[in-house]
Amino acid sequence: MSDTASEVQTHTIRLELVDEPGELLRALEPISEAGGNLMSIHHERGNVTPRGHIPVEVDVSCVPDRFERIVDSLREAGVNVIQAGAERYDEELVVLLVGHLVETDLSDTLQQVESCANASLTDLSLSAPRGNDESSSARVRLKTKSGTTEEALATLRDIAAEKDLHVIEPLTGDQP
Amino acid sequence: MSGARLAVLGAGAVGRSVVELAAEYGHTVTAVADSSSAAIDPDGIDTAAVLDRKADSGVVGDADADAALDAEYDVLVEATPTTLDDAEPGFSHVAHALDRDRHAVLANKGPVAERYGDLRELEADSDGQIRFEATVGGAIPICSTIADFGAGHITAARGVLNGTANFILSRMAAEGLDYEHVLAEAQDLGVAEADPTFDVEGIDAALKFVILSNVLAAGDQEFTLDDATVDGITDIPGSALDLAAEDGRTIRLIGEATPDGVTVAPRLVPDDGPLSVTGTLNIVQLETTHAGRLNISGRGAGGPETATAVLSDVSRLTE
Ligand SMILES: NC(=O)c1ccc[n+]([C@@H]2O[C@H](COP(=O)([O-])OP(=O)(O)OC[C@H]3O[C@@H](n4cnc5c(N)ncnc54)[C@H](OP(=O)(O)O)[C@@H]3O)[C@@H](O)[C@H]2O)c1
Repeated sequence: MSDTASEVQTHTIRLELVDEPGELLRALEPISEAGGNLMSIHHERGNVTPRGHIPVEVDVSCVPDRFERIVDSLREAGVNVIQAGAERYDEELVVLLVGHLVETDLSDTLQQVESCANASLTDLSLSAPRGNDESSSARVRLKTKSGTTEEALATLRDIAAEKDLHVIEPLTGDQP
Repeated sequence: MSGARLAVLGAGAVGRSVVELAAEYGHTVTAVADSSSAAIDPDGIDTAAVLDRKADSGVVGDADADAALDAEYDVLVEATPTTLDDAEPGFSHVAHALDRDRHAVLANKGPVAERYGDLRELEADSDGQIRFEATVGGAIPICSTIADFGAGHITAARGVLNGTANFILSRMAAEGLDYEHVLAEAQDLGVAEADPTFDVEGIDAALKFVILSNVLAAGDQEFTLDDATVDGITDIPGSALDLAAEDGRTIRLIGEATPDGVTVAPRLVPDDGPLSVTGTLNIVQLETTHAGRLNISGRGAGGPETATAVLSDVSRLTE
């Protein structure tokens, strides 16, 4: 591990871009400006996230501390960085939200979760009421950074409480 | 303790079963009381006659209810209704027994959940002991398992300790019925009481997990219902169970007792995992320091089931 700090390595950055012309270019600019060597871009047009964003994977080669600068400048430029190098969004969290989801602006709720809880939404299922004046339910699948699931849950709880929504949480650490 | 003389306070589902099964366990019932009367005989009451009388006329005998407290007995069995806060009259019944250097075995959760410290203090000043296996999970030996392992070797207890809520959730999931419908069905079947508040609001489960946290804390800390974060199942729409099922999960009213406190809330659990017991079954999962997880499940309520726990406790008492 002694010389890793100066070694040129290839890093993968996962981004989510809004589906608008020029977005990809805007995202790539900070990389070259910060001295990253762009190795490859993987951009699947047909593949969109549940929120309608386009996932893009970029391989960049550079020394580690320059890589950090690249990620910082991407974030400063307002690019949605999902995963960068060691910072992995690899823990899954599934919760149910119950209540007046539509009336309380579900997309705003989810946006808040993604930005405040530092999580990325990978799947959403919404179910309309089964009975008469029952509330509706949504199953929300999130990817969170490893070790931050509890934090993400706490933030989620706060956001839900604000809108009088009910969070049905998983039993953490539960394995069959 | 074998061949014990029992004074049974409360002649409901639990008290009556204790009276009925005591002889099978080698014990003698010397007194039984309900809210308005008592039957007392130092040589042993005629249990069949007393139970018949209770069924026919609603009273157990001709004596005053309070007279049972002063009867001759080795063990007082407390099976009056669970009450919160000062946990009366159950607490005073137990205090009365300890004051006389007699043992007390409780089915009543109130005193153990709300006044654990007071109970232990009275016990320390008495030659009598208290036991309360029946308060948590009916027939399932939870307190005695914790005692066997030693509270210090259990880091957490979690699980399903309310059969009514579990019945409702598992029926909602299996039949696609809504809460109100299943609750009515549960009431018809006698699984839910006319006033189901305690069960469906999570209070009953919380009392049990508060008791477990008191046992796990082993005197370092005392918990009451006020320390618990409690959420019930009344707001869960059928659609939530549908969404959970699509993902291989289901919803159960899960309680957790850890050194940090007590929570009871509906939680997502794997459909095929140990915690997703169905119907009125209960399960407790103990997290041990060196031996992984222990799952104990069984019938968590019912007269004979709970009486079994009471009578096992009597046997565990040392003279
Ligand atoms: N049922 C279960 O499966 C279960 C399981 C675990 C723990 N428990 C606990 O065990 C206790 C008894 O349960 P249960 O189902 O048998 O209740 P229950 O059917 O409601 O019976 C309660 C009994 O207590 C009597 N009672 C009320 N106040 C009294 C007083 N001051 N002195 C003497 N007797 C009095 C009642 O008299 P009347 O008959 O005159 O009304 C009745 O016989 C409760 O604390 C409950 O939480 C029950």
